[in-house]
Amino acid sequence: MIIAFICRAILLGVPLLFGSVGEIITEKSGHLNLGIPGVMYVGGISGVIGSFLYENACGNDIANMNPFLAVCIPLLCSIIGSVLMGLIYSFFTVTLRANQNVTGLALTTFGIGLGNFFGGSLIKLVDSEMPSIALTKTSSFFTTKLPFADSLGFVGELLFSHDFLTYVAIIIAVAATIVLKRTRVGLNLRSVGENPATADAAGINVSSYKYLATMIGSAVAGLGGLQYVFAYANGVWSNNAFGDRGWMAIALVIFALWNPSLAIAGSFLFGALCNANNYIQGLGTETQELFKMLPYIVTIIVLVFTSMRKKREHQPPESLGLSYFREDR
Amino acid sequence: MAKIALELKNITKTFGAKVIANKDVNLTVYQGEILSILGENGSGKTTLMNMIAGIYFPDEGQISVNGEEAVIASPKDAFSYGIGMIHQHFKLVDVFTAAENIVLGVNDGKYNLNKSKEKIKEICSKYGFSLDLDKKIYTMSVSEKQTVEIIKVLYRGADILILDEPTAVLTPQETSKLFDILRNMRNHGKSIIIITHKLNEVMEISDRVAVLRKGESVGVVNTADVDPHKLTELMVGDKVELNINRTTPKNVSDRLVIKGVTCYNREGVKLLDDVTFTAKAGEILGVAGIAGSGQRELLESIAGLQKLQSGEIIYHNPKTGKSENLRDKTPMQIRNLGVRLSFVPEDRLGMGLVGNMDIIDNMMLRSYRRGKGMFLRRKKPKNLATEIVERLQVVTPSVNTPVRRLSGGNVQKVLVGREIASSPTVLMVAYPVRGLDINSSYTIFNLLNEQKEKGAAVIFVGEDLDALLELSDRIMVIGSGRITGTVDARSATKEEIGLLMTKSTKEGGEDNE
Repeated sequence: MIIAFICRAILLGVPLLFGSVGEIITEKSGHLNLGIPGVMYVGGISGVIGSFLYENACGNDIANMNPFLAVCIPLLCSIIGSVLMGLIYSFFTVTLRANQNVTGLALTTFGIGLGNFFGGSLIKLVDSEMPSIALTKTSSFFTTKLPFADSLGFVGELLFSHDFLTYVAIIIAVAATIVLKRTRVGLNLRSVGENPATADAAGINVSSYKYLATMIGSAVAGLGGLQYVFAYANGVWSNNAFGDRGWMAIALVIFALWNPSLAIAGSFLFGALCNANNYIQGLGTETQELFKMLPYIVTIIVLVFTSMRKKREHQPPESLGLSYFREDR
Repeated sequence: MAKIALELKNITKTFGAKVIANKDVNLTVYQGEILSILGENGSGKTTLMNMIAGIYFPDEGQISVNGEEAVIASPKDAFSYGIGMIHQHFKLVDVFTAAENIVLGVNDGKYNLNKSKEKIKEICSKYGFSLDLDKKIYTMSVSEKQTVEIIKVLYRGADILILDEPTAVLTPQETSKLFDILRNMRNHGKSIIIITHKLNEVMEISDRVAVLRKGESVGVVNTADVDPHKLTELMVGDKVELNINRTTPKNVSDRLVIKGVTCYNREGVKLLDDVTFTAKAGEILGVAGIAGSGQRELLESIAGLQKLQSGEIIYHNPKTGKSENLRDKTPMQIRNLGVRLSFVPEDRLGMGLVGNMDIIDNMMLRSYRRGKGMFLRRKKPKNLATEIVERLQVVTPSVNTPVRRLSGGNVQKVLVGREIASSPTVLMVAYPVRGLDINSSYTIFNLLNEQKEKGAAVIFVGEDLDALLELSDRIMVIGSGRITGTVDARSATKEEIGLLMTKSTKEGGEDNE
């Protein structure tokens, strides 16, 4: 049962991991993208649209589907959708220097509305009994386990039984850490987020770093929405089922102290807390609801602790949330 | 003669239509020399250097580097010509280490911090720097940060280094260490330009001195051929008649007695050092000094905005005849004591007015406590605003215009107008005519005179010595947080004040020897 609990926690945690790594990359350029929940939602629905079209093109017969295309089409659609969201955000905040919080919140509302519109339309198209659309065939390709996972007992289940996006998430998180800490690109990006005037004077193109970081960050975050639909929900899309995972991803950024590697552990912890109520015996419905608050309580505690600790390395990038324009020097 | 490293020909730079920062400046810098750029506040030293460093672009004129014409449009261009500037405000990323800051933005092959560190260490040992490359900037002292900035410039291969008032933030020991390094760099053939207004340092470090006055170059001399007196003369120039009306003070009495005021900033640097003086009613006390010598802190101490380490600020109330100590009181407490203190700070839109609020609301910032009941009464402040706009000829579409949209001179009129409307007994003004045209300046001067005649004690912090000499009754000179002298404005000369302004730094130099 412990193994099942951990696996479930990881499954629940991966969307948060994608979301927070994407947000960390964005924040390192000095932009607080509160549109991440919307971006993740769009990432999910874009993947659903892609998969829906491909399943229909194959006559809804799994035998006709090419496993590679069945995975790549939704993946590509998801990335395109979320990068476009990131582009909107960066155009407003970098080029037009609009207020980042307002833009971000608007983007969240927009993204969720957009997702619900297309989700609702698809549900209408298939004329489903339920207010949802099931793309289980595509989902089965997403959740294919590694071939040797079953033969290795609980080790196999713990380490190798997950959907491939889980591994992608961990690889991206580790890679992001290495890029940020060990490369010139990472150094330049961090300097842009800390002190854009200094970066500018050193000859770094501040705007293009901000654009790229926001768009790459959005692409990564959008994969969280995709993973949620096809791995966690087994390909079933219903409007608003994604819930507040986007906000938890942003909270996780703070929990992880802007370190993508720490976000890996943090996301699994958040996943475990989300799920704890199902694994404790004899809980009434009302206590179950109380247990569902746990991740939020932990977030608040982390917020309190991080603002109390004054270590500079653990603080957000210094110019986070501030627009930069050169004439201001 | 050595080879020419940098040549400026007829450089002119204006800001807006009226402000001429530099006019027809010619300057030659040789390889392997230290050149000082000397001038008063606002004489265009920093603007000139910023044009060489690629921050501003000259309107007219030509810059050549090593004999070839150069177009310097950005700091990056400047680096490509081997020019690097160390600004007064350091451009460093706080959470990065020294090494990370130094290599930032330099593309020299594969990113390898350890290899870069070797290169930095070579530079350090060549010129005699000592620096821990793995130390984070935010844990560093000002002098260490400056070292990082200098190495950063050298790492980019600069042959011409410009330092903007490098010693302003350093202790005497750190200064002499910096000078050793500068001499070392000169001996390695680098050209070094220092912007400064400390005469003793000019004499100590430089080979030649270029003097700027009001944006124009008034001469380049060999340091060996001059003495501080001659330099002061060049720097302040001849007296200019302004014809400001000055009346003889009447009914002069002590209003504000400052005794032994000392205060430190957060880093523990002394900002005011045992300041003692008296501001008298019916008199304008001018305060002269190099920018950042403690003028701001002095006024803020009196206004109740500075925490003092020691000292007393005694106020003699003309109505009750009582004396009050204003030390450690908040502005509100001071006001509740019945002290009518008005303060026109140097940062008009930061401390004086709220830029996004209109003139009426800005009037209410001073009177909002007078209202009774829940709602604001805008009638009285509106009348006051209208009166000020009419009397001082403030150019504004209406009294409902946000003050941010007014020009600098009109903003100042609104602020001064509000401050004198409460008929103050003490009026403090800091750089009231900075950035103002001639007519607005005279309006402000007349207002100050008017207040003096009404019996207020006026403290006027200024930078233009001509204006100080013609408006004030007495002039107090402040240098490095100390009062270096008080003179009678009717008999003093510009040169006398100029020497007093640089006096305390001279003493600092002597302490060192």
